[in-house]
Amino acid sequence: MALSGHGTSFIFDESWFPTEGQFNMIPMLVGSLLVTFGSLLLALPLGIFSSLFASFYCSPRIKTFYRRAIELYTGIPSVIFGLWGLMKLVPIINQIQPPGQSLLAGTLILALMIFPIIALSLISSFEMASKNHFKVSESLGLKKSTYIWFILLPNLKGQILGATILSFGRAIGETMAVLMVCGNIVKIPSSMFEPIRTLTANIALEMAYAMGTHRSALFLSGLLLLSMIGVLLLLSDFLKKRFAWKA
Amino acid sequence: MEGLTKSISWIVGLALIAMLFYILGDIILVSAKHFSLNFLLDSPFSGGRKGGIYPIIISTLLILAVSLLVVIPIGLASSLYLAEFAEQNSKGIIVIRKSIEVLSAVPSIVFGLFGNAIFSLYLGMGFSILSGGLTLAIMALPLFITTVEKGFRSVPSNYRLAAFSLGMSRFTMIKSVVIPYALPAIFVGIVLSVGRALAETAALIFTSGYVDRMPESLFDSGRSLSIHIYDLTMNVPGGDINAYKTSLVLIVLILATNTLINTILKSWYKKRIAL
Amino acid sequence: MIKRNYPWKTKLSEKECCDSSPIIDVKNLSLFYDKQKAFGDISLEVNRGCVTGIIGPSGCGKSSFIHCLNRMIELYPSSKVDGDIYFNGKNIFDSRVNLMDLRKSIGVIFQEPTPLPLSIITNIELPLKEHRFNNIQERAVSALKSVGLWEEVKDKLKTPANNLSGGQKQRLCIARTIALEPDVILMDEPCSSLDPISTEKIEGLIHELKGSYTILIVTHNLAQARRVCDYVYAFWYDELGSCGKILDSGTCSDVFEHSQNETIRDYVGGLRG
Repeated sequence: MALSGHGTSFIFDESWFPTEGQFNMIPMLVGSLLVTFGSLLLALPLGIFSSLFASFYCSPRIKTFYRRAIELYTGIPSVIFGLWGLMKLVPIINQIQPPGQSLLAGTLILALMIFPIIALSLISSFEMASKNHFKVSESLGLKKSTYIWFILLPNLKGQILGATILSFGRAIGETMAVLMVCGNIVKIPSSMFEPIRTLTANIALEMAYAMGTHRSALFLSGLLLLSMIGVLLLLSDFLKKRFAWKA
Repeated sequence: MEGLTKSISWIVGLALIAMLFYILGDIILVSAKHFSLNFLLDSPFSGGRKGGIYPIIISTLLILAVSLLVVIPIGLASSLYLAEFAEQNSKGIIVIRKSIEVLSAVPSIVFGLFGNAIFSLYLGMGFSILSGGLTLAIMALPLFITTVEKGFRSVPSNYRLAAFSLGMSRFTMIKSVVIPYALPAIFVGIVLSVGRALAETAALIFTSGYVDRMPESLFDSGRSLSIHIYDLTMNVPGGDINAYKTSLVLIVLILATNTLINTILKSWYKKRIAL
Repeated sequence: MIKRNYPWKTKLSEKECCDSSPIIDVKNLSLFYDKQKAFGDISLEVNRGCVTGIIGPSGCGKSSFIHCLNRMIELYPSSKVDGDIYFNGKNIFDSRVNLMDLRKSIGVIFQEPTPLPLSIITNIELPLKEHRFNNIQERAVSALKSVGLWEEVKDKLKTPANNLSGGQKQRLCIARTIALEPDVILMDEPCSSLDPISTEKIEGLIHELKGSYTILIVTHNLAQARRVCDYVYAFWYDELGSCGKILDSGTCSDVFEHSQNETIRDYVGGLRG
């Protein structure tokens, strides 16, 4: 249904001008990948350090409250993140460098949306980690940070990888928030202040009026997304066997 | 090293909480200034930038109802089958489990695409509450099945043994032992599905439609709260105030369902421990 | 019955080891977990260079007591300590005390052999690095030699420590502790999860270490206490039946052969458990 009549136009067309029969998806693929990797790069340290805060550095009473707060993050719908991003974040970025709706905005908002996956996974893992190791580490007079960076986290490499893959899948599939703050210009960006359009946002924007080959091109981009997710799942299965971690 | 780790952890920890308060606070403050009860009871006009969201609330609840009506029976039946009756290592079952895993990772917009193709076009339902509800049902099903199946599997084997030794049939055991024990998990599954459904936007844009008036039947199109927020923000100049107010309503709705079910769960556990 | 050889023990020792000033002096120590008392009003002295044993039935607060001595008890948030503990004359609960140094000087061997989830050699090198020792590699090798592990592991130093047997793991834990050159080594039932051969090896090790180190060992194995200790403190239940007070103390022969306390006489005679 979707594949007929396109040939190699997905890569070699000039750009995405569907009304003119041009269907190069590369700029949008690049946009999706950039915003996903960028947000992961931010979300990993955010997730790790916030989980360290909750499990090691704040008082136990604060920990329950903090955990609920992170869970609250996951409950907020993506459109609301998009709304807030557009109303508050984009104007700030605009001050630094117009137009404001940009790769940067998308990366920041997406990071806020996915760091809880990593944080919550780590907090659970810390609770299940061997208490004996911590006890021994303390009895040897080792500092907390030594325990964290040389004993605890290296042991949890598998867990961290799993959470990262999960976050990647979530990020690349996100539609509404990135649609609202990224500007939606089809172009490979040359700086993070430039607007981009992701594959997902593209489908959402154009589906309403797409006809014929345009429509099938959109379906194809959907299949592209699906296959990326598929690869991700295969990767996670393979790594599960290698590292033997629990999802 | 210790000082560095400690200070960065504190900074990040506090900053993220501050951000949460900033986001929620922003929504609450902006909405509170302009909120009135009429917002919940009026219909929208002038593209939504004026008026209320009553029909939209109704549409949202209808879509939710349709999806729950599909998810709960099918989900319960499937999880029960997977947990109790299926041959665990057969090829077919492994394929089913894999598909569930894959489905739960699929992006919502892709569901929207296929929901559109299957329900709206192929089955001819057009843009309707029914299409939207059915699409959401398929989205929520994997999550529901995974949660509930775990609940069924967690029934301790001594309960089952006791039931068998008392001469209960398989069916009675399931009805009187397994299902009641797994009830909290079932509730959790429902909460998660509801949460997912309420927050969904991308899957609904092309299935339940855009129209913001009161739907006349399930075959009529209707707009959900999340789509309303999207439309007001992106397409309606000056719509941001109402977008904020709608966001407040949506968040309150999500929090309310969560807290409601959590309190039911807590009282449930209390009763069980008292037993 | 296999006859065991303990060549170093021909008779229960009299005061053969130490000088008169105790290295650890506990005065009126009580421990509470929330409102529950673990032990009350314990006073004892640990003499420098000797092996002091703490015996008593299980549940008496012996382990909890050991945990207080290097302030490990503070890992349990519900714990509350009353009383004083003096180490080398200084009160360890003083706020100016550096916890890292305290734990370097007073090391602990736990009941369950717990190597860190690292390689064998890193288990010893990491604490050495943390406490800023020099010549880390040499010290690590020498520690392994002191516990008799060197020959057994020298070809597999980089392999995970968790692959060792129970007895080897415990000896690794001892090596890790003595590498830091502590003054006192606390041992909380170090042999209770080990087989008899490993137990024998470790008891031999204790005998070698004494003199250069002060050892405080908790054990519910009376025979072991007789074999290994110079001094003994006998813990028992207090009047209320919850735990911890000392009913008798002294040199080994004092407690095992001439105990003044009837309960303890029965206990060491095997008439009570």
